[in-house]
Amino acid sequence: MNSKLKQIQKQIVESQIWKSIFRHGMPDDTRTRAMVVLSNVFLHLHPVKSREAGIRVGYTWCMGGITFFLFLVEAVTGILLMFYYRPTAEYAYSDIIALREHVPLGIMRELHRWGAHAMVIAVWLHMFRVFMTGSYKPPREFNWGIGVVLLVLTLLLSFTGYLLPWDQLAIWAIAVGSNMARATPFLGHEGPGASLLKIGDMNLVHAGDDARFGLLAGRMISEATLLRFYVLHCIFIPFVASILMAIHFWRVRKDGGISGPM
Amino acid sequence: MEALRHTINAFATPTTIYLSSVALFAIAMWKMEIVVKPLVMIPVVIVTVLGTIFALTDDHFFKLVTLPDNIPITIMLATVGYFTWYALKKGVENDKRLSENRPLIEQEQDRRVMTWPNLVYIEFICLIAITVFLIFWSIGFQAPLEEPANPTVTPNPAKAPWYFLGLQEMLVYFDPWLAGVVFPGLIVVGLMALPYIDPNPKGNGYYSFKDRRLVIGYYLFGFLIQWVLLIVLGTFMRGPGWSFFGPFQEWDPHKVEALTNINLSELLWVKLLNIGLPKNILLREGVGIVVVLGYLVALPPLLAKTIFKKLYQELSFIRFQIMCFLFLAMLSLPIKMILRWTINLKYIVAIPEFFFNI
Ligand code: HEM
Repeated sequence: MNSKLKQIQKQIVESQIWKSIFRHGMPDDTRTRAMVVLSNVFLHLHPVKSREAGIRVGYTWCMGGITFFLFLVEAVTGILLMFYYRPTAEYAYSDIIALREHVPLGIMRELHRWGAHAMVIAVWLHMFRVFMTGSYKPPREFNWGIGVVLLVLTLLLSFTGYLLPWDQLAIWAIAVGSNMARATPFLGHEGPGASLLKIGDMNLVHAGDDARFGLLAGRMISEATLLRFYVLHCIFIPFVASILMAIHFWRVRKDGGISGPM
Repeated sequence: MEALRHTINAFATPTTIYLSSVALFAIAMWKMEIVVKPLVMIPVVIVTVLGTIFALTDDHFFKLVTLPDNIPITIMLATVGYFTWYALKKGVENDKRLSENRPLIEQEQDRRVMTWPNLVYIEFICLIAITVFLIFWSIGFQAPLEEPANPTVTPNPAKAPWYFLGLQEMLVYFDPWLAGVVFPGLIVVGLMALPYIDPNPKGNGYYSFKDRRLVIGYYLFGFLIQWVLLIVLGTFMRGPGWSFFGPFQEWDPHKVEALTNINLSELLWVKLLNIGLPKNILLREGVGIVVVLGYLVALPPLLAKTIFKKLYQELSFIRFQIMCFLFLAMLSLPIKMILRWTINLKYIVAIPEFFFNI
């Protein structure tokens, strides 16, 4: 019996199909373990060998990895939500209701929402870990800077997503947040200096063209805002964040791997 | 129980909470070697847990904390608290090792090991743990959904998402152009500038505390007090009209806080000199403008000669200026808070004609 199984296993592993997918045997010796990391595009983010102290959970808290994983969770659950959600004033709210009522045991929206909150927390903790281990010091200054942009993008992702359910909670939270934009110095119509920007009697910066107008696609939150936030949330920010993450991971390696004492 | 709640409500004001947190923070920074000891931390944890349990017996507090959108705040507080302790404990441990010339925690495992399986397995286990955690969280708490959006009905209080509530709380003390635009911008710029204005080569790649006390204090003050604490105040203690309520106090929409705040110019021209506000804006706000400029321009050279003498020698002129500017900008919030609490100061410079209030 056992030898029969062994034989089947051997046949599978030696078949042309299997060999075309996996370029190496079971990763049970150093050579194949190196091969696994080298020949897999995802694992190839890692070096073949890592500093033992650096990969300890006690050192990194695995927080960068957790942040990245939560980003992937958001991408997958977000794509699934996009199948059912229409970003229009007419349908947005009822589509969310439908997700709740027509899907038995559905937790996709919950996974997406709580995952987003968790990602915000994880990114703060990751940054805190990097700070406490002094890993922003040379040669990693630039990667810290990339990280700060990623932090901002994470918060903006969460913020733009907050509007999409199109309920009272959503529009008023966004109203409070975006109201700040009208006080932007020079660029908001209630910001310091804006009234200085004028040609003759004509104000250059007013409620119909200032920073808040640009953010909301109108003088107040409307269907146009919903579309704008939807595109920002589903396409634009994830797109930029993905590119920056690629740079971030690349730089972790190029800067000598996870930091450690000299 | 009831009496205890009343006492806590009466004691809890933004002033007392903020100042006592700052005091605790200062003690911790000063005596970190003692504070991180299990002998100190275990009672702290026990008191926190018991306090939380006691607080949860209150209906109002229970409802607030278990709002689905507020659950992340609890998780954030627990994790931030734990990891702060953890990182500082390791830092203190490494300080001790350094002073005894023993290898650091991170130097004990100096080898390079195969990424597969050593790292990949850790990642895999983390991934499963997080997945399980998220699934339980999602089954336990339904994502909130309120009435359909209605631009004509303003909820009171209207709050931003929780991670921005520190900024919203800042609106009590600063106008939106500062609290909502300039300060968030400075936080981002300041964080990016950090590697370039921290000249200390020590503590790179391992946990440490003593050698980096100043910068760690700076960062932790910003993170724990100015960001996390303000989120807690903004979420749990700000009710209708952004009035302040104790943790066990029902949010009464009719509570009106007497607005007796007064601008520096009024204080000067009306109250002190008794001649009324001058027409000329520059004359009216002159003192305030001089104070602000003095704070931002005259103070850095003074600091360079006194408490930051060593830093000034290590940093070049421009870096020192940037460091000082960021430091003073951060300090402006507590300064403004204290001015508000003590002399009810509204604006130091008040030029509403140009939306320029500081
Ligand atoms: C979307 C957000 C982010 C993701 C997915 C991410 C991911 C990662 C990962 C996987 C690592 C490898 C080591 C580790 O897990 O700790 C890492 C390292 C690093 N991250 Fe991030 N990160 C993010 C945001 C940030 C932020 C906000 C900062 C700081 C402001 C930052 C600064 C760094 C630095 C300096 C390193 C190198 C640390 C070292 O070598 O020890 N990252 N990041």
